[in-house]
Amino acid sequence: MELQLTEEEEAFRQEARAWLQQQLNGPFKDLQGRGASGDQDTYVEERIAWGKAMGAAGWNCIGWPKELGGRGCTIKEEAVFNEEYVRANGPGNVGHIGETLLGPTLIHFGSPEQQQRFLPPIVSCEEIWCQGYSEPGAGSDLANVQTKATLVGDEWIIEGQKIWTSGAQYSDWCFVLCRTDSEAPKHRGISYMLVPMQQDGIEVRPIKQMGGSAEFAEVFFDGAKAHKDHVVGGINNGWKVAMGTLAFERGASTLGQQYLFQKEFEQVVAVARRTGAAKDPVFRQRIADAGIGLKIMRVNALRMLEHEGADLNREALISKLYWSNWHRDLGKLAMDILGPEAELIVAAPYELTAMQKWYLFARADTIYAGSNQIQRNIIGERGLGLPKEPR
Amino acid sequence: MEFSFSEDQDELRRAARRFLEVASSEERVRAAMETEQGYDSATWAQLSEELAWTALTIPEEYGGLGMSYLDLHPLMEEMGRALLCSPFFSTICLGANALLLGGTDAQKELHLPGIAAGETTATLAYAEKNGLMDAAGVEATCSRSEAGYVLRGDKSYVLDGHTADLLIVAARDANSKGDQDVSLFLVPGDADGVKRTWLPTMDQTRRLASVELVDVLVAPDALLGEEGRGWELCERTLDLARIALAAEQVGASEMCLDMSVEYAKVRNQFGRPIGSFQAIKHKCADMLMMIESARSAAFYASALAGQGQLDLEEAASSAKAFCSDTFFHCAAENIQIHGGIGFTWEHAAHMYFKRAKASEALFGAPSFHRERVAKRMGL
Repeated sequence: MELQLTEEEEAFRQEARAWLQQQLNGPFKDLQGRGASGDQDTYVEERIAWGKAMGAAGWNCIGWPKELGGRGCTIKEEAVFNEEYVRANGPGNVGHIGETLLGPTLIHFGSPEQQQRFLPPIVSCEEIWCQGYSEPGAGSDLANVQTKATLVGDEWIIEGQKIWTSGAQYSDWCFVLCRTDSEAPKHRGISYMLVPMQQDGIEVRPIKQMGGSAEFAEVFFDGAKAHKDHVVGGINNGWKVAMGTLAFERGASTLGQQYLFQKEFEQVVAVARRTGAAKDPVFRQRIADAGIGLKIMRVNALRMLEHEGADLNREALISKLYWSNWHRDLGKLAMDILGPEAELIVAAPYELTAMQKWYLFARADTIYAGSNQIQRNIIGERGLGLPKEPR
Repeated sequence: MEFSFSEDQDELRRAARRFLEVASSEERVRAAMETEQGYDSATWAQLSEELAWTALTIPEEYGGLGMSYLDLHPLMEEMGRALLCSPFFSTICLGANALLLGGTDAQKELHLPGIAAGETTATLAYAEKNGLMDAAGVEATCSRSEAGYVLRGDKSYVLDGHTADLLIVAARDANSKGDQDVSLFLVPGDADGVKRTWLPTMDQTRRLASVELVDVLVAPDALLGEEGRGWELCERTLDLARIALAAEQVGASEMCLDMSVEYAKVRNQFGRPIGSFQAIKHKCADMLMMIESARSAAFYASALAGQGQLDLEEAASSAKAFCSDTFFHCAAENIQIHGGIGFTWEHAAHMYFKRAKASEALFGAPSFHRERVAKRMGL
């Protein structure tokens, strides 16, 4: 079951495949499969070097317009590239926040000066970005951010705290939602601010997750500074900008992600054969169900990709809710099939098998980037036109 | 493979919806539910003669339009949405498919033009009282005689079996067992020794019947496909029927969601529409997620069938399992969202709920199909 590709698109696939094969079997051999979900805090330096090599060869930000350093790829080509990337066992991309979230936001809302200053180092992987959205009191209720920015002379002075900031430990910059007008209604007093991470007023404290790794962090702002002109989309207009960022997710990563899921699913089937669970009628039902679910996920994605150009279509709206639930359930199935063996980890203090890692990490899938509950609100309100809940 | 419906298919869907909103309105469905025949003859004539739906997938050389099985998909969704009471499903998705897959040129020439024109209705009598979904369920027998074959036994759960003009009957050599030695026979509904009885069902929008075969004599050319290889032909026919049924289930599920959403927008409690509450909104969101996924499963199977792929087992079973679960879930949630009114005879919710359960069991329940998929995965 494949996307229908034109000759040019097929040539593009071959070009990407050849380059990835050459690099990941050559100079970057040791990085194969490193730094994936649940493991993003490893091999950071090496993955930055990999990101620079990708950038130099023109494989970063391929969906951006050519004049901004991209390749002007269609969403189909992006999806094909992502699929090849996962097929080649490429490492977790340290630059993905810059590439998929900040970059598109600047392209849409940023001033020409901001674009010139910030886009090239994203393409070249010279600057790594993190996202300063959530706070202890602003999770699903994101508009409740309390981190405060005050203009003093030519600089914004920032006080407050962010949390669940992925990659804050090694990022150069953070885009931060700050309250810049505490008198205004909560959606209208927020600004979207670009803040350098290497400064005295910022402290990063990694948070250890249930899997033992520390992929995200708390970020404390105590007199941190940002340049006066580094507000994106206008002062007090940050909510609109932040919501726009969400809409830039075009689903280009879905095919690559599914390739990864397919591999995990095959591992689960292999374990079922080894343990004898494959003969158990209940497990046979559950394995078949997971297999059917994965195939459907692929058709969902292919339908979504062929829907190009349309606004948020229904296939795109359900995507996150669907895959996160499927993946979470696969993790549970894997552990159930392993039975008592599932309990045994590789070594103390807490070294887990790959399967145990993604089993635990999948619990985050249904929470980050809009929890299941938020996804259902979005589907209900934007997809079905149901009235908003009272706020 | 293209992963979206074509402009023509979208147009067919729109036209079908316009027609069925009148021809299969709730009132008309309820009227058909009251009858033993189970459908309105005038509507049947209209959709077969005027709209040529029965001709759609029949090849041109047999008086049809020669369109693909994928072209049928939007039509099936709309029939499901409108709970159309009609012998379309049995005639096209069972009867015509079996003839197309297994018929000789002479058999096709004899039966397909009548089917395309809506003059002949047909069905497949494969199941029996034992309710088994495999060849072991075939207990009716066939024995050779000088004049052809003699069929004996009791078929059951036959879709539109009491009204079909043409029955395609599965029977096995006496004393045989297993997958081998089952054959299919073309039997006129009014043949001597055929006794047909309507079996009233909980779902009143689709008719089942029993067919008793008392020494029914058929000519040698009544044999459909190879002698002894009938179960294989039956399975392939059923897979095509499962795909069409899955599409029907998608359309019906979507109607359940539409009913729920519409109600949730206008029904006020605690001073606001119940659709503003997450308890209701999230139910609707889950329904939409399941429906779009079910549509993907059914679409993919229809597209494979449309390309002429012969082995449809995995795609058909995947679609049938997922779409059955989806329809039942949506039909049940629709009742829950409607509250008290959803539980009444007066409201249409129960009609979908009952159709959902009947469709779930028809041609194999989800667990049967998941086991089939597991086998195909090499488990």
